[in-house]
Amino acid sequence: MPNKIKSAGKKTWGTITSRFKKFRSNFRDVPLISWLVAFGVTVALEIFVGQALARMVGLSKPPALFGVALVLDNPAKFLSAIIYMILVYALPVGVIAYLTKGVGNQIAKWLLQFPLLLTSVVHLLLIYGVMHYWTNISDYRLLVARLAMISIIVTLSLNVVNGYMGEFSCSHPGFMALGAYISSIFTVLLFVTENRFGDALMPAFLGPFMFPVSLILGGFVSAAGALLVAIPSFRTRGDYLAIISLAFMFIVKSLFENLEVVGGARGISNQPDYANLATIFVWTVLAIWIINNFVRSTMGKALNAVRDGELAASAMTVNTQKTKMVAFLFAAFWAGIGGGLFAHVIRYINPGTFGIRKLAEVLAMVYFGGLNSVTGSIVGAVGFSLISEALRPLDIFKWIIIPIMLILIMIYRPTGLIAFREFDVAQLFQPKEKQEEEGVDHAAA
Amino acid sequence: MPLLEVSNMTHFFGGLRAVHAYNLEIEPGQIRGLIGPNGAGKTTIFNLITGIYDPTEGEIILDGETIKGREPNKIASRGLGRTFQTLRLWRHMSVIDHIKLGRYSKLDYGLPGAFFSTPRRLREEEKTTKIAMDLLELVGLPETADQLVTNLPYGAQRRVELARALATEPKILFLDEPTAGMNPEELIDMMKIIREVHQELDLAIFLIEHRMKVVMDLCEVIQTLDFGEVIAEGTPEEIRNDPKVIDAYLGKEVSV
Repeated sequence: MPNKIKSAGKKTWGTITSRFKKFRSNFRDVPLISWLVAFGVTVALEIFVGQALARMVGLSKPPALFGVALVLDNPAKFLSAIIYMILVYALPVGVIAYLTKGVGNQIAKWLLQFPLLLTSVVHLLLIYGVMHYWTNISDYRLLVARLAMISIIVTLSLNVVNGYMGEFSCSHPGFMALGAYISSIFTVLLFVTENRFGDALMPAFLGPFMFPVSLILGGFVSAAGALLVAIPSFRTRGDYLAIISLAFMFIVKSLFENLEVVGGARGISNQPDYANLATIFVWTVLAIWIINNFVRSTMGKALNAVRDGELAASAMTVNTQKTKMVAFLFAAFWAGIGGGLFAHVIRYINPGTFGIRKLAEVLAMVYFGGLNSVTGSIVGAVGFSLISEALRPLDIFKWIIIPIMLILIMIYRPTGLIAFREFDVAQLFQPKEKQEEEGVDHAAA
Repeated sequence: MPLLEVSNMTHFFGGLRAVHAYNLEIEPGQIRGLIGPNGAGKTTIFNLITGIYDPTEGEIILDGETIKGREPNKIASRGLGRTFQTLRLWRHMSVIDHIKLGRYSKLDYGLPGAFFSTPRRLREEEKTTKIAMDLLELVGLPETADQLVTNLPYGAQRRVELARALATEPKILFLDEPTAGMNPEELIDMMKIIREVHQELDLAIFLIEHRMKVVMDLCEVIQTLDFGEVIAEGTPEEIRNDPKVIDAYLGKEVSV
């Protein structure tokens, strides 16, 4: 008897998964551009009828982050949130993506004749547009989106060291702190009139133009800090980098705690609001582009060679010492940029922000998303940020659930969700063929 | 003038004398062999010449310049390519990337090229890919270019390692037991490839081998090593009949 139940259960499970596969195969040939259009329509829908719809299903306003926080606050709203999510997100996205896939594929094919740059710009504008209007609805969304993009930069840069190079570095919060402080000092000193640094030295309208300079300056100071870690620790392999970099993080933290010039433990506030969505978007795209370029070049592949066999790498003419240094400084530079942006989003920093909590977060994003993978880092950073925000109502339990999730991922996917995969932009934008679907049908039959 | 000249090289690991007063001269285009029982110090000699260890005493001159005490990557880019006894391939990396990485020191686009996809980088990467494909053709594996190296059979992995060493444009190639662990078929293929490589690229080759058939067939001159010292040097015929070599391998006959 139990056997029978078991086999029956297996059967229904089998039909469910095969149905799901069949259902999903309808979306295999939807190109990216169609997905973006579908999301655009959804966002428009939410803007125009979101409020009314939310009232109809018994919510006071459209849920900010997919309703998870709402449900955790008040489990009775579960059904309402689900209905809202289906009506505003799942259904329109699915239907429109499915309906526009023909046109989308044609457009994608048509775009193939132009240089990749133009195709990329078209897609990026669409992505930005969707994000701009999606975040327009609530300030909370806007904040989460901006922080998630900064997380992408920081995660990606840490992945260069921990994933591509295979060393274990713990100093990223330290590098972020350096970038955040340097760029904050720069902008507050020059463009803000306040108590600590006195009057603004330059007219305020120059500020947004000088903001990139302050970020890059912060990045370079971070890289200089990285040099201090790299010189002693790259002479040997093994755990030394982990220990020295951890020490570096604490040194940076206590340095800023004891420097009264920059506010000591109270930190710096009043940063001008330069890090808006568009600015952060541009920096994130730049970071992804440059880091992806680096790790896909033969010079970047040398990192993998050093990781998987340093002796063989040096026998193949690779200057292992230089390779490791360059990658580490490069990663620190981007962490500095991320820190600078972070300071101008929160508009208040203190040394405590860049402690062991931050380290745990960044490491979790890297290992959650996947080692040695740009896509993985993007997924990890965005996914982890969203989950972490959505679980916020749980307070302390959040820090039980998230580690459990990480442990599960480590058990079932030890290298992360999307590890060891190359991120090929051209492939991303290509029109999708029907071929894959046939393969699935064949397997099902 | 010989291409590679090693004179009076001695190396100690702590108190252990691993190599003693070792001499070697390799002319351009010559194939030389190094044989000896297990633990005789053959691989140590390879590691000393290729810069992984720094010899305690002695001089190593490659193409008129001393390379003693240089970093392995400098020595490799001077034209001394090598393979390893235990395969040292990079898992997670495709076959073509392995061979392209052998061109590391020949790439000239620098950091700007690595960070931004400059036209110069695209040009150089394209050229490197072409060279790598040609080398894959040479070792008979062009269809495996995009596969992960760990998915290849053992014999093919050995050939990838050889192609990778060739990508560094060596003047002299060190092969550390190129046929270790191979079945008879793979062995014959490998010997054919080594001959082809030798003829087409006009390389000097220095190889360690355990299989007498390979050494006797390929090499012009053979050294026999025992306890870190050369006990015999000569043509395959001479080595085969040298009583000292037979003693080293089979042990001395003790009269009772």
